[in-house]
Amino acid sequence: MEVDWSVVPGFLPQLLAGARVTILIALAGLVGGTVLGLIAGLMRAYGGVILNAIAFAYIEVIRGTPIVVQVMFLYFALPVLAGVRIDPMTAAILAIVVNAGAYIAEIVRGAFLSIPRGLTEAGLAMGLPQWKVLTHIVGPLAFRRLIPPLGNQFIVSLKDTSLFIVIGVGELTRTGQEIMASNFRAVEIWTAVAVLYLVMTGVLTFVLRLIEKRMRIL
Amino acid sequence: MSIIEFRKTSKHFGDLKVLDEVDLSIETGEVVVLIGPSGSGKSTLLRCINGLEQITGGDLLVDGISVRAGAKQLRRIRQEAGMVFQQFNLFPQMTALQNVAFGPRKVRGLPRAEAEAQAMRLLEKVGLAARAHHPPSALSGGQQQRVAIARALAIRPKVMLFDEPTSALDPELKQEVLNVMRELAQEGMTMVVVTHEMGFARQVGTRLIFMEHGKISVDGDPVQTIANPPNDRLRDFLQHV
Repeated sequence: MEVDWSVVPGFLPQLLAGARVTILIALAGLVGGTVLGLIAGLMRAYGGVILNAIAFAYIEVIRGTPIVVQVMFLYFALPVLAGVRIDPMTAAILAIVVNAGAYIAEIVRGAFLSIPRGLTEAGLAMGLPQWKVLTHIVGPLAFRRLIPPLGNQFIVSLKDTSLFIVIGVGELTRTGQEIMASNFRAVEIWTAVAVLYLVMTGVLTFVLRLIEKRMRIL
Repeated sequence: MSIIEFRKTSKHFGDLKVLDEVDLSIETGEVVVLIGPSGSGKSTLLRCINGLEQITGGDLLVDGISVRAGAKQLRRIRQEAGMVFQQFNLFPQMTALQNVAFGPRKVRGLPRAEAEAQAMRLLEKVGLAARAHHPPSALSGGQQQRVAIARALAIRPKVMLFDEPTSALDPELKQEVLNVMRELAQEGMTMVVVTHEMGFARQVGTRLIFMEHGKISVDGDPVQTIANPPNDRLRDFLQHV
């Protein structure tokens, strides 16, 4: 079979619809994952023994298991265990939230702990409560150091959405697979799919660059 | 009433006894210079006063409040005791002016304009009004430390604690910081200073304390004590600084 690029435009609406689903999962997942990661990371860095242990257990379990297993668990095992049935889309978003959250927690912990201890002491020494030291002094500095590794994780999570093919979410990779199954245009379709991923990660990289440029790392 | 009162104060790091039942009263207006070999407990003694180190035995009162009276009381103590660190510890994301205005704004709740006007007066006092809008990274070490002194003064403390304020500075920059400290002492500020600057101790100090192994080994008038060290270990120590 000859390679014929003219088949791609015809499938573009379908592929873009898939890309839209990918973006939706990634966006919702990363917003949730960042919030969860922030909480878990701060628990690791500043929590007492109990909070620290809870966050540690969460991070270890998630980092120690594949994301495919996690989403399979959410989608197939949770209904059996807890009697809650969730649709594939919810399972996919939840999987990204929980998965990205664990990695982001370690990024957050690292960034906060990398801020020199002396700055915290200077804040405490003027009579600020610990939480104000975190929100006004350490937080703004840690945020700048957070951006490069956070961007990395965002890109990884965006691509991880392709694994949700296993529970039948109609995201970009699944869409490509379905088109493939009907016309066997492997080269054209997978190239188009890859290019769409590149565009998405490219935009993400660009946005992060912009943020980084505006915030000098101190 | 003494402004600072150590009552059989001890501090352990695990099995290591860094402060060993220290008794010490500091009165308003005193300039106490703390000296001693490294590991003798002088920095720890200072850091216990504002609770950056927690005492593990005895008691310690600052302006009548115990450092063990809980988080809220400890914050009150910290507002009465400004601290200047060896490494300056200025907030790098803020200008000199913002550094100085930060405490009054966030601790005392002063409006921005008022806090910055007051900060400007303090920067003038330490001779850095012209550098007010520069970030710490654009200042020399001596300038950074003077900003740090202004920042500590901004919360209007009753006592100033100095933890080796000139140890990280080149010799020619030490003097500008010591001059600011001297002026502060002349205005009657109560000061506790950990330092190796014996010239400063002699000229500005009203009291010299020599620490060894977590205990106060000599406590006396700086000029006389330096001229006639009452024990061999101090004599030895003075020959090395």
